[in-house]
Amino acid sequence: MTVPILKQRDYLIASIQAALTDADLKHLRDALVAQVGDYRSRGVIVDVTALDVMDSFAVRTLRDLAHMTRLRGAETVIVGIQPEVAFAMTQLGLRLEGVAAALDLEEGLAYLDSRVKRGGMTRQRLEG
Amino acid sequence: MPGSETTVVMTPVVRDESTSGLLRELVAHLRQNRTQLREEWARRITEAKLLTAMSPEEVFAEATAVYDNYLEALETGSIEALETYARNLSERIIPRGVETNEVVGIVLLLRDVLARSLFAKYRRDFEQLDHILDAYEPAANRIAITVSVGFVQERERVIRQQQEAIRELSTPVLPVRERLLILPIIGIIDPQRARQLTEQLLRGIRVNRAKVVVMDITGVPAMDATVANHLVQTVEAARLLGATVIVTGLSPEIAQTLVNIGVDLGKMNTVGDMQGGIEEAERLLGYRVAPVVVETAAAAP
Amino acid sequence: MSQRVTVNNTGPMTDGVRLDRAQITVPITSDLDIVAARQRGRLLAVELGYTATQATLIATAISELARNIVLYATRGEILLTGANDGARVGIVVTARDQGPGIKDVPYAIAGGHSTSGGLGLGLAGVRRLMDVFEITSLLGQGTTVTVTSWKR
Repeated sequence: MTVPILKQRDYLIASIQAALTDADLKHLRDALVAQVGDYRSRGVIVDVTALDVMDSFAVRTLRDLAHMTRLRGAETVIVGIQPEVAFAMTQLGLRLEGVAAALDLEEGLAYLDSRVKRGGMTRQRLEG
Repeated sequence: MPGSETTVVMTPVVRDESTSGLLRELVAHLRQNRTQLREEWARRITEAKLLTAMSPEEVFAEATAVYDNYLEALETGSIEALETYARNLSERIIPRGVETNEVVGIVLLLRDVLARSLFAKYRRDFEQLDHILDAYEPAANRIAITVSVGFVQERERVIRQQQEAIRELSTPVLPVRERLLILPIIGIIDPQRARQLTEQLLRGIRVNRAKVVVMDITGVPAMDATVANHLVQTVEAARLLGATVIVTGLSPEIAQTLVNIGVDLGKMNTVGDMQGGIEEAERLLGYRVAPVVVETAAAAP
Repeated sequence: MSQRVTVNNTGPMTDGVRLDRAQITVPITSDLDIVAARQRGRLLAVELGYTATQATLIATAISELARNIVLYATRGEILLTGANDGARVGIVVTARDQGPGIKDVPYAIAGGHSTSGGLGLGLAGVRRLMDVFEITSLLGQGTTVTVTSWKR
């Protein structure tokens, strides 16, 4: 099953609707990395509220996604991780190192706004 | 909680025709003498100082109900109704402090009272008494076990429930202001408590939409590698829900332990004491901390 | 050479563990089956009255075990069974394959609390998610991992 990717302002938002297979996850990662370039996006939000399991493969794929989009100029934030899922992930010893996480879509957008604003200011200073 | 209780496997009682006949005779006798035997039993309960937490009227009422359920179990061979009754009874009497020995005691007394009445009835015919007892004893023992086990299971359930409640109370997750939680941990943390504490904190973060958590461990006397790693996991799990954890109150001993066992403190946001932790939290949340002027002179009498 | 390692996180295993007669078998041949296996596992946990947290731990463990089958043995199966040791209700998950087997079992399941212990099979992690962990591996013949989670 494919995950719809919405474009909103400078951001791409991918809302996972149901359990994903490994192939679906890889496809999502590749699609997002490609579209970040196509739309010159500054941020990516992956909403995982519907995921009831995040195992080592899912975590690794999301981590790779975040690192790859960062190299292409967009910050990724994972939103909607369920408390039980967060608990199982840490018990399993999985870390989303270097990847931002937020409670939900609203928080994720707020996080990206704050990052992008700060980034923008840096660029202005460099230009001036 | 279906399924969590201890299950006891009872071998089905195979009843041949003669046993059934004997049990029918037995039940008819016990039914005939219901009033007298019931009173006898209640009297023996009082004499043995069992169920002292209950009034004589209550004892008599319960004795009647148990007696009738007992006869039904003897008659039908099905202990389901008795099981249900035993559970209800236990639910009612456990909060009043009735002990296991009392419940076992009253069931054994009933067995004795009924056996004596059988001796009295059949004392002229030993052979018949023998047959009657052959039918009566296994059935009576099975009933005694059912009632006792029902009571013990109910007690275990109550104890488990209380333990759970105590554990929850021992680590309160306190919302102090919008988006800020305080988690003061007092006492020894074992893996089970660490697990429970993490679950509670994660729920708290979700419900309160918390962005910052101050976890104060001033009251934690000691920490080993396992517990330290649990705390690191807790901090990471909170981050996955978008909350930053500030750890405060690390004693010099614990700080040394953490360094010795190689816990990566760089991943932990630590501040000396709870006050400092709250100030740091407010800074993160974007609040400005203003000095408070307290007019002590005006307040003094 | 066959290697067998048992790790029990909940004290000595009680002798009288009885498995329910009903057993769910999920054949594992592709990553689609990984999802099916963990969903069946969660369903069973919920049916037996497990909390959402524990059901998630069980589903995650199944996901890891099923993925190992797909990655290293290509095909195999996951068996799910309810269990009872007289005092507790449990779920037993068995992951079985006829793959290449594991060379160094103790190494494969090592790794205290770090991200990826041993061979990166995630077995160390699965060990932490469940109460009892048992693995038997025979080079060239296959691997069987049996894990149990007791209901809290």
